[in-house]
This record gives sequence, structure tokens and C-alpha cells, in this order.
Amino acid sequence: MNPILEVSGITRRYGDRIGCADISFDLYPGEVMGIVGESGSGKSTLLNCLAGELIPDAGRILFDSRAEGVCDLLDLSEMQRRVLSRIELAFVHQNPRDGLRMGVSAGGNVGERLMGVGQRHYGNIREQALSWLERVEIPADRIDDRPSQFSGGMQQRLQIARNLVTSPRLVFMDEPTGGLDVSVQARLLDLLRGLVREMGLSAIVVTHDLAVVRLLADRILVMKSGQVVESGLTDQVLDDPHHPYTQLLVASVLQA
Amino acid sequence: MSDYNFAYLDEQTKRMIRRALLKAIAVPGYQVPFASREMPMPYGWGTGGVQVTASTLVPEDVLKVIDQGADDTTNAVSIRRFFEVTAGVETTTEVPVATLIQTRHRVPETPLTEGQIIVYQVPIPEPLRFLEPRETETRKMHSLGEYGLMHVKLYEDIARHGEIATTYAYPARVSSGYVMDPSPIPKFDNPKLDHSPAIQLFGAGREQRIYALPPWTSVQSLDFEDHPFDPSRADGECALCGSKDSYLDEVITDDAGGRMFICSDTDYCARRSEGAA
Repeated sequence: MNPILEVSGITRRYGDRIGCADISFDLYPGEVMGIVGESGSGKSTLLNCLAGELIPDAGRILFDSRAEGVCDLLDLSEMQRRVLSRIELAFVHQNPRDGLRMGVSAGGNVGERLMGVGQRHYGNIREQALSWLERVEIPADRIDDRPSQFSGGMQQRLQIARNLVTSPRLVFMDEPTGGLDVSVQARLLDLLRGLVREMGLSAIVVTHDLAVVRLLADRILVMKSGQVVESGLTDQVLDDPHHPYTQLLVASVLQA
Repeated sequence: MSDYNFAYLDEQTKRMIRRALLKAIAVPGYQVPFASREMPMPYGWGTGGVQVTASTLVPEDVLKVIDQGADDTTNAVSIRRFFEVTAGVETTTEVPVATLIQTRHRVPETPLTEGQIIVYQVPIPEPLRFLEPRETETRKMHSLGEYGLMHVKLYEDIARHGEIATTYAYPARVSSGYVMDPSPIPKFDNPKLDHSPAIQLFGAGREQRIYALPPWTSVQSLDFEDHPFDPSRADGECALCGSKDSYLDEVITDDAGGRMFICSDTDYCARRSEGAA
């Protein structure tokens, strides 16, 4: 099986400071990769480089796209990259306000990607929006409400629906459960797990919450000061951490 | 004879605007920036249209000016007077006689012909402005042809009102691929832009943009397959000339709820009434 994403030597500096340095890994179809580390460890920089929001100073990102085969995301023209990111990639932001149009109804938010790829049938767009709202457990009668009228958890679920409506191959998630209370977090994780399995999604999840990675991720990268200090299968790394920083991270989790 | 340069603007300015116009004609629907001048009227009163008219006007031209369809409202009268004084050109109210027509918010009912130029006054040239406030981003969206957002607006209309509730400044796609704002004409007039034999020029003075449609350019109003574009008009007929297919204005006639519908295009209405009499 070919990897869906081959990352090699990604480096991004902020002046003299290092955002992330020489990061390489492969991601296979259907696999979920967790990136953990404390604030400032470079995990968001790495994710933004992968998702095309930041341009890395060095490295290659080979993506196995449905439409064009394997291509280097950094070599694509802006137009190609934008088309790709509307159809095959998705980005779930930590704050739903960054990923949603707050002034547009829930249905319009979900439908935007469909209209962006050329769908011009109102009835069909609405039907798909409804079916996605149902999948993320948003009541159908809220379809014409604006996200600003939704709770935080609902906004986050709406953002997920909006991103997954075009059946992307690869989803980037930045702290998808950040800022939600635990019971809402649990349901969101449940939902994400179901969707990943059902749709065969590959995903890269950035989080500082080890419980989230344990539930979602098959493999993890542990980052510190812009470097990957440890990587491996999730359970293996979390149950038997080798690097002192990983040990500290695992030991710091509060036990309820 | 007046002490003004012909048509008020100096020759250098006219050349600058003509260069912008040529570029706009060459790339239909593309918004060309130009160095808009101060004009002796406030922004929003047609400074863009007046500059385009001044730059295209020649002494042989016969000028007609329309404001909301009428030849006798403030904006029309004053701009017509302006060019009578500064350019000394002949003016008219009749569409078939005019060679250059400057208009605010209407396209004449009488079909335009080859050789005529129509100049639109445009307040906001950017159709994406209220969907995406960043000009840097809207320019990128135009260059990449990313117009999904435009349909999101129409989707919202249908979701909220059951139909596309945009009734003026209705966005249209030009054959070049650009989506343009046809200026605040009622959507009833949108079909008249499509394959028009006249040259159509759009000037936005405050926003410093010029765009254009060469003759016989395809202009398609955006819509959904199951909610096709509908150039609606008030259901009624003109109380003066009896026209059943012109665009109508509603006029309140007293304080007791009395009202009547009349053609918004005064020239069309007057010539129909004369013909009938």
C-alpha cells in the first residue's frame, strides 16, 4: 500500500527561532496520526505547513491525490492547491469561528464546498446538507439557523460536517476538542471515530490532550522545541514512554 | 462657448481613462483600476460615469442621460446640463437618436443598436464585497474563478425567503469567466446586457474602477438549476401608456392609499403615448 502522505524534511523558521525542524513521516490511507506536545513545541506550525496555510522553508510533502496522483503540495500552483484543498483536504480549526462563516446559515455553511466545486442544484445541495447535519447530530430544523445561535459543541460538529461534505481523503484537525466540556468532548470524539472508520479517512490530529490521541490516533509523534522526540504506535508510546519528555507528559496527566 | 476644456476633463486625464477603458474592453468583466478625479459633484452622484462619458464623448455625439429610467430627475438634468455647458454637445431624451447614453440604475426599454455606447454609474463594482470584505482576497477569488461564495448568497436567499430575493445589482457571469456586478439596475434589466449590440462601459468613481462589456458579449445571471433566474417586474400595466412589459414604478397619488403604476423609462412611455395619440 502506498502512503497517502509522505512528509520529508519539513522545516519552518521564524527568523532565528525554529518553528519545526526536519520533520519526516509517512501516513497511510485510513490511518490517524496524533501530534502531541506542549504549547510552543511546533505542532501547529507543522500542521499549518502540511495544510498549506504556512509555507515551509524546506522539505517536501507528497500527497497521493485522487485526481492527479502523487503530487508535491509545495510545487502546486495556488489554483491547483485551492482546488485540491476544497475537494480532497479538510481543515478543522480549534475555534469554530475560524472555520465557519458565522453570518451564513448552517445549511449554507455545509453547502459552500459543494457550490465551490460547481454544484448548482439547490434541492440536491440542501438534501446533502440535511443528511450531514443528521450525521453530526444537529437537528434538521436548525438548518436555517446561523452558527452564532449554536452552542460550542454544535459549532464544532457543524465545522466537521462542512469539511467532510465533499468526502476528503485527508483531514487536518487542530485541537478539535479544545474548549469543550468533557461530556461534549466525549460525544465529539465518538462522532469523529465513527466518521474516520466509516469514510476511511486519513487524519492528522494536533492536540495536547493525551486522552484524545489515545482514543483517535493509531500512531503518534511527540514534539518538543520543534523536533520530534519520539514516535510510534499510540499505546506503545503512551504505556512505555522512552524519552524523558514523553515520560513527563504521560506522568502529568491528572487521574480522575 | 465655454472656458472649459472639451467635456471638462483635461486631455491627459481622458487619455488615462481611455487606456483603462481599452483594457476593460479587452478583458470583459475585469475591474481595471484607474486614477479617478475629483468631479464637481459628490461621490455617489455618478462621478465614475461622468468621467467615462467625458473621456468617450466627441463633439458629434448626441447625449442622453437617464436617472432611474427618467430623463427629468435631478441627476439626469444636472449631468445633461453639465455636458451641454462643458462640451457643447447636442442632447436628447430619445434612445434611437442618442449615440452616447449615461445611465443610473436602468437600461432603456428601447433596444440599443450597434454603434451606441451606454455608460453605467456604479457605486460598488465588487460583487463579492459584502461576502468577503478583503479586497486582496476578492481579487484572488476573481483571478482563480472561485465564485462558490456567490452561490452561497443565493442559497441563503432561497433558504430564508423561498426564492432568490436579490432584486437589483444581480450578479452575472461574463463569457470571459468573470462574475460582475451589473450596477444597481433591477434584475429585470439583466437580460438586456446579454449579447447587447451596444458597447457597455461601467465607471465607479469613488472605488476607482472601470469595467466593460464589448458588443455581443454573453452575460448570464447566476442561478440554481431548480431555481432559475427570474427577471421579475411588478404585475400590472402602465397607467399612462398601457405597456404590459416595461419595468414599472409605483407612484403614491394621495394620502388615502391611492396609487398607480407607470413606466420607469420616461422616454419609452412618452413615445408610446404619442404613437397611440
